[in-house]
Amino acid sequence: MKWITGAQNTWCPGCGNFAVQHALKDVFADLVAEEERRAEEFVLVAGIGCHAKIADYLAVNSFYAIHGRTLPVATGITLANPELTVVACAGDGDAYAEGLGHFVFAAKRNTDITAIIHDNRVYGLTTGQYTPTSYTGFRGRSTPSGVKERPFNPIELALASGATFVARAYTRRLDHLREVLRRAILHRGFSFVEVLQICATYNNLTAAYNDQVYELDGHDTSDLNAARERAREWDYSDGAPIALGVFYETEREREAWPPMGRLPDHQRREVVRGVLEGRR
Amino acid sequence: MDEIAVLIGGKAGEGINIAGSVVMRLISGCGLRTAMYYDYPSLIKGGHNFAVIRGAAVQPYCHREGIDLVLALDQETVRRHQGRIRPGGRIIYDTGRVRELDGTGLPLDEIVKEEVAPAVTRNMGLIGAFCKACAIPWETVEAVLRRTVPKAVEANLRVAGRGYEAAGTVRSLPAPTAGRRVLPALTGNEAVALGLVEAGLEGYIAYPMTPASSILHFLAAGQEEFGISVVHPENEIGVMLMALGAAYAGRRVAVGTSGGGFCLMTEGFSLAGMAELPVLVVLAQRPGPSTGVPTYSGQGDLSFTLSAGQGEFPRLVAAPATLEEAWYWAGALLDLAWRFQTPAVLLTDKNLGEGMYTFHSAPERPPLPPVRWDGDGGYRRYAPGPDGVSPLADPGTAGAVVKVNSYAHDEAGVTVEDPPTVTRMAEKRKKKEKAMAEVLRGYPSVMTAGDPAAGTVLLCWGSTAGVCTEAAGDLGLRVVRPVVLSPFPTEPFGAALAGAGRVVAVEENLDGQLARLVRGEGHWVDAMIGKYDGRPFFLEDLERRLKEVGV
Ligand code: SF4
Repeated sequence: MKWITGAQNTWCPGCGNFAVQHALKDVFADLVAEEERRAEEFVLVAGIGCHAKIADYLAVNSFYAIHGRTLPVATGITLANPELTVVACAGDGDAYAEGLGHFVFAAKRNTDITAIIHDNRVYGLTTGQYTPTSYTGFRGRSTPSGVKERPFNPIELALASGATFVARAYTRRLDHLREVLRRAILHRGFSFVEVLQICATYNNLTAAYNDQVYELDGHDTSDLNAARERAREWDYSDGAPIALGVFYETEREREAWPPMGRLPDHQRREVVRGVLEGRR
Repeated sequence: MDEIAVLIGGKAGEGINIAGSVVMRLISGCGLRTAMYYDYPSLIKGGHNFAVIRGAAVQPYCHREGIDLVLALDQETVRRHQGRIRPGGRIIYDTGRVRELDGTGLPLDEIVKEEVAPAVTRNMGLIGAFCKACAIPWETVEAVLRRTVPKAVEANLRVAGRGYEAAGTVRSLPAPTAGRRVLPALTGNEAVALGLVEAGLEGYIAYPMTPASSILHFLAAGQEEFGISVVHPENEIGVMLMALGAAYAGRRVAVGTSGGGFCLMTEGFSLAGMAELPVLVVLAQRPGPSTGVPTYSGQGDLSFTLSAGQGEFPRLVAAPATLEEAWYWAGALLDLAWRFQTPAVLLTDKNLGEGMYTFHSAPERPPLPPVRWDGDGGYRRYAPGPDGVSPLADPGTAGAVVKVNSYAHDEAGVTVEDPPTVTRMAEKRKKKEKAMAEVLRGYPSVMTAGDPAAGTVLLCWGSTAGVCTEAAGDLGLRVVRPVVLSPFPTEPFGAALAGAGRVVAVEENLDGQLARLVRGEGHWVDAMIGKYDGRPFFLEDLERRLKEVGV
């Protein structure tokens, strides 16, 4: 199985997107090898921004969508065919700015999709503006004197919205990233993975992250309060320790609709005739 | 034409819509063809609601100023509509809420009390009196009420019986054509919904918005029976994108909204054009701009629909005028959207969608299956195919990697920016538009009515066809009406207009949006009669306005 297309890769050298792409490709390959998944059942949905080029590069089914709209597209695909394994890659601008409402609702519905947020905390493809997770004081091209507002804490947001799998990973910890993505995809329900991603060109936080991150150990992933507490350790602005790993995981009923499926022609005509009969 | 017109009015919450539909089915139950207009302001309790039911031996598709019987649950109904009563007509009213007047008064509060019936059955007293006034035999009344009253049938029957006893006969109903079968009564929105189901709809996704919401309600209530999923997401942006996700995964889905919701959908509408994904939007118009007049009707969104979404891409737009056309085109647009992998809009309005009419039957649609991949060779989602249409494979298909893309892309669906590929793929999409126009020749895309030899032509679209057709019958005119508005049916439209002297556009908007479109096609339009107060044209209205422009 060939997992990478022939499309020319145009990410900057050192970009964290490479790590997400490799991890995801490895997880797909593993699931085919170990979990009897078919390569054809994976569907990748991407938004718009640097992250989204992953749709061109990975040789799986893909819906290269528009800015902010990955999650409704992913929901529609799952709704249409629950046999598919749907992974939505989105940027922080996608998921937390343009598509914030969709994010909250996807978590609320607990639809069986995996959302991977490539959070580089800057707009890359539009050349360096602040995003909803940029730290206070961030000087972007649209905020030359530094943003005064505080960043969103996506982990808290996901927990508050009802996500049933909430995790954080970091692009410089590839093995850990791979492990988290695998668990997220295997989870039944809305899985949310916040990936701290290096933007080599506009927001290279490698040194700070290397210094601050640690992997969760001995944390009870079924305890919502413990998850909230861990989530609040770092506010996306200060130099506090940054927990990586699964914050929360639970089983909850998923919003369900009757399956889509066409009635056979004769049956459909009969149902329609029945309705008309009742209207005489 | 020998006809009967009945108006029932009261406050919101008094069941006027249901009462109107019961009157309608009583008249239909006598073998007549009927139309009901339902007028209500945007509030839940109070205000003034009324329904007008017009019945005749031939199908009415519009209303007149004149009314034969007014059934008044309150004083406001009398105040507003008394002046519309035709000679020989009568008011039947509730003596507890209407000051005494020349007509048939019924003490409805006492009647429901004596019959131990719920207060909402008060309108049944008036309906019983109406039946007697029109000499409808009690057996017919009882049979119709038994099949139409949703609950507490016996109580309703007792109250109706009291009204029936108390009233005298005013006039009899028009004679039906001999041997007439009783036909079903549906709203336009129900006709759209059933047309979709019959054409193999698999999912309906919508956010509530008047006047499209009743499609959502009707399909949601029947989703198990119809074998479809009905989903109400967070907003219209989500609606459109979910629909595109489902279409990508191989399902036939439609969405429904009004103008404001369609504004939010246009981003995804353009995506559908670029990614070549089929989707059907049912756009039920109401007067705008913005929130406008939410529970009334208009035809102000034609220009918007024809140009919605950035960039250039083929789109199908059809505006039905009747239930039968609504049913037919709902299905036909699904077929066409899936055959040509591009978005389609069924453009209706409040008067058609929430109006109730006798349903005859819709013509059969020509078979038009989608183009599927045959499994040979490497799959490329945008491979050149017949007429610019690429063969479809659903994600999950063995051996296929299905890539769709909002960016300019190559045949495999991978992003490109090089001039030759960008050009080639834009032309591929354009090719589909030409092929669509060709296929549409096999569809009834332009309708005519009235006298085909008449020099004066009424040009109209959508639900104003009914009033134009009747006026044309009265005045000896010709009606020409494009049903398909994109791709414009240039040739059949030209043929329908052949020999025209004077062309008068009749539209429920200010600008004459169809007139502008038709002028752009190189035709002459002499005058435009517009209406933009949200209410439908009465026949008398239109005939007066036609005189003013010298017809
Ligand atoms: S701008 Fe940043 S995020 Fe975009 S490709 Fe370059 S390094 Fe990666």
